[in-house]
Amino acid sequence: MFRAGIAALALIQADGAVAAKRAPSPTPQQTQAPAAMPQPVDTLTLAYLGQQPLASVTPPFFEPVVTDRGIQGARLGLADDNTTGRFTRQSFAVEETRLAPGEDAEAAFKRLVAQGRRMILLDLEPELLRRVAALPEASNALLLDISSRDDALRGESCAANVLHLLPSRAMRADALAQYLAKKKWTRWFLAVGPAPEDRLFAEALKRSAKRFGMKIVVEKNWEHTFDDRRTPESEVPVFTQGSDYDVVLVADEAGLFGDTLLYRTWQPRLVAGTQGLVAAAWHHTLEAWGAIQLQNRFREQAGRWMTEVDYGAWLAVRAVGEAATRTKSLDFEAIRSYMLDDGFALAGFKGVPLSFRRWDGQLRQPVLLAQERSLVAVAPVEGFAHPKNELDSLGYDEPETLCRAKK
Amino acid sequence: MNRKLCAVPRNNCRLIGAFLALACSAAAADTVYVTLEKDDAIAVVDGATGTRTRSAKIGKRPRGILLAKDGKSLYVAASDSDAIQVIDADTLKVTGTLPSGEDPETFAMDPEGKFLYVSNEDDNRVTVIDISARKAVKTIPVGVEPEGIAFSPDGRWVVSTSETTNMAHWIDRSKLEVVDNTLVDPRPRAAAFTADSKQLWVSSEIAGTVTVIDAETRQPIKTIPFKIAGVTQEKVQPVGIRIDPERRYAYVALGPANRVAVIDAQKLEMKDYLLVGQRVWNLEFSPDFKRLYTTNGLSNDLSIIDLGSHKVTKSVAVGNYPWGAAVRP
Repeated sequence: MFRAGIAALALIQADGAVAAKRAPSPTPQQTQAPAAMPQPVDTLTLAYLGQQPLASVTPPFFEPVVTDRGIQGARLGLADDNTTGRFTRQSFAVEETRLAPGEDAEAAFKRLVAQGRRMILLDLEPELLRRVAALPEASNALLLDISSRDDALRGESCAANVLHLLPSRAMRADALAQYLAKKKWTRWFLAVGPAPEDRLFAEALKRSAKRFGMKIVVEKNWEHTFDDRRTPESEVPVFTQGSDYDVVLVADEAGLFGDTLLYRTWQPRLVAGTQGLVAAAWHHTLEAWGAIQLQNRFREQAGRWMTEVDYGAWLAVRAVGEAATRTKSLDFEAIRSYMLDDGFALAGFKGVPLSFRRWDGQLRQPVLLAQERSLVAVAPVEGFAHPKNELDSLGYDEPETLCRAKK
Repeated sequence: MNRKLCAVPRNNCRLIGAFLALACSAAAADTVYVTLEKDDAIAVVDGATGTRTRSAKIGKRPRGILLAKDGKSLYVAASDSDAIQVIDADTLKVTGTLPSGEDPETFAMDPEGKFLYVSNEDDNRVTVIDISARKAVKTIPVGVEPEGIAFSPDGRWVVSTSETTNMAHWIDRSKLEVVDNTLVDPRPRAAAFTADSKQLWVSSEIAGTVTVIDAETRQPIKTIPFKIAGVTQEKVQPVGIRIDPERRYAYVALGPANRVAVIDAQKLEMKDYLLVGQRVWNLEFSPDFKRLYTTNGLSNDLSIIDLGSHKVTKSVAVGNYPWGAAVRP
């Protein structure tokens, strides 16, 4: 099914009461837009193209099913852009296209370009994103990847017209490695799940281990079967037995088995990676640097917590809005080049200004290290210096990049 | 004059007699009230001796704090109680609440002391409260996440900074409308006017700068960056600003850089960095402008800076997450 619609909050609520749906303050009157403030005259319409992947592992019953990931973040970013736009005579809209599994994303993308959309948020599987970016129709567009963490998309198969809002696997693995290095938990047991993505994250962890002087003592693959006789109680102790190490690093992005490792290892050992201590772009435990305000505004709007993909979409829409504010322009080229400029500074509620790496289009940003109910650390971890920007101690730095298209 | 004698608290001075009271007022004893965000409390510090005298529980998550015009009450934004509380400055008892809207953090008072202007971060508005009527009389739409708010001493302007819109919004006090906007660096936090109302200073938290704006044209005059040897740039997060009445020096709290910047406010040039407690957020002068108090959120203390020598003379343990300070002569 093909669904499309335009959410243009500013046009509907030009009086500035964008947040008025919130329980109103005890106030007798609502001020109209100040007379001295001209109505928005220009509108920039972004496009959102999303195809949420089917979960390969059934999520646990207690976890809420999110069917609107990403788009809610885009809508909140849009509301923020339009609140600012009231003061700059700019207005923004997002044309939403959300595809059901199996629908043709390339055709949908071509339709958006034919309608004149050039700034396009994408929540697509990496392989699909790569194909879309390579379409001739995409050559004059700016694609904002709001969900992938794939290193190849930022490396050997990078494209000049794509920016990546969320941290790559390499950045996440480096964040974990920095923290574990600081704790001197240097001997790792690497447990790798059966999915291809798990193998990619395992490779990222191995790269980080090498960079930060960690030692992978054992590497084992977790085999998945439907054998009822296998229980975590019996399997995990055996799986984790046999050698000594400080910490189990688990690569299980789908959540197939990682959670069962905790408290069941042969020796009492901590778990980090995709379960236990996780490396995240955004997390419900984050409240510092004004993050609590974004958490609250999001929950007010969406009725649920903000996911990473929502954060990626919010960042994408805000990045465009910020560039439009600073350049006082809605021109595609002006916005694009300002976003890529060294002076670009996006406030992403993580304490430091965020900007795009020229060499691979990755948004440089802190990575949160958190467990379910506590934010443990924020990487770059103190002490890991970098000659230019400490944020570039995470992931592929300029001399290491495998991306050729951006050069 | 015997300095030691004058270190006795104000109330005791009165008992000793008129002569001593005069002598003591010259040495300017003062009382500092500090909100403690994680203790749901307010701490009281004797400014002259640098000792904490007492604390009292108040509303939830207290942050912004101002002394009423008559000096008898304090207004405190109890953020998680969704109200501004009126607190008796002598007994520290909560005597009333003002309808602030949700999650109040910072607010400003008009020069006459009759109205409060409150930033409502979650609602993108500024709420105007009639203090004596204890009523909200107007809401003014501003940018995303309004944070800092400042009244010009001449009463003409109320300025609200919005952290995600990155602007200083100029509210004409006679119309209670936004009539102009100045774009500043990312995440503007605090705003402060000079005593002559001619300049507005705005700190930008993640850009690590302060922008000085001409109030007549609402155009930036200069953006002042902060660079501290041995401190990474990410840690420089300017928040609170205080400018002395002669505009000789401006002081800016630099958050996790654990320093207060001293700026030559005439030349708009950096002069010095003073090491204070951890994550310094807000600043307040003593009434005689001889001391500056800083609230240090992570080290749970108040630093006292002697403004004659620009030296930190004392740190006073006050409680968990000191946020803001108000001073009573």
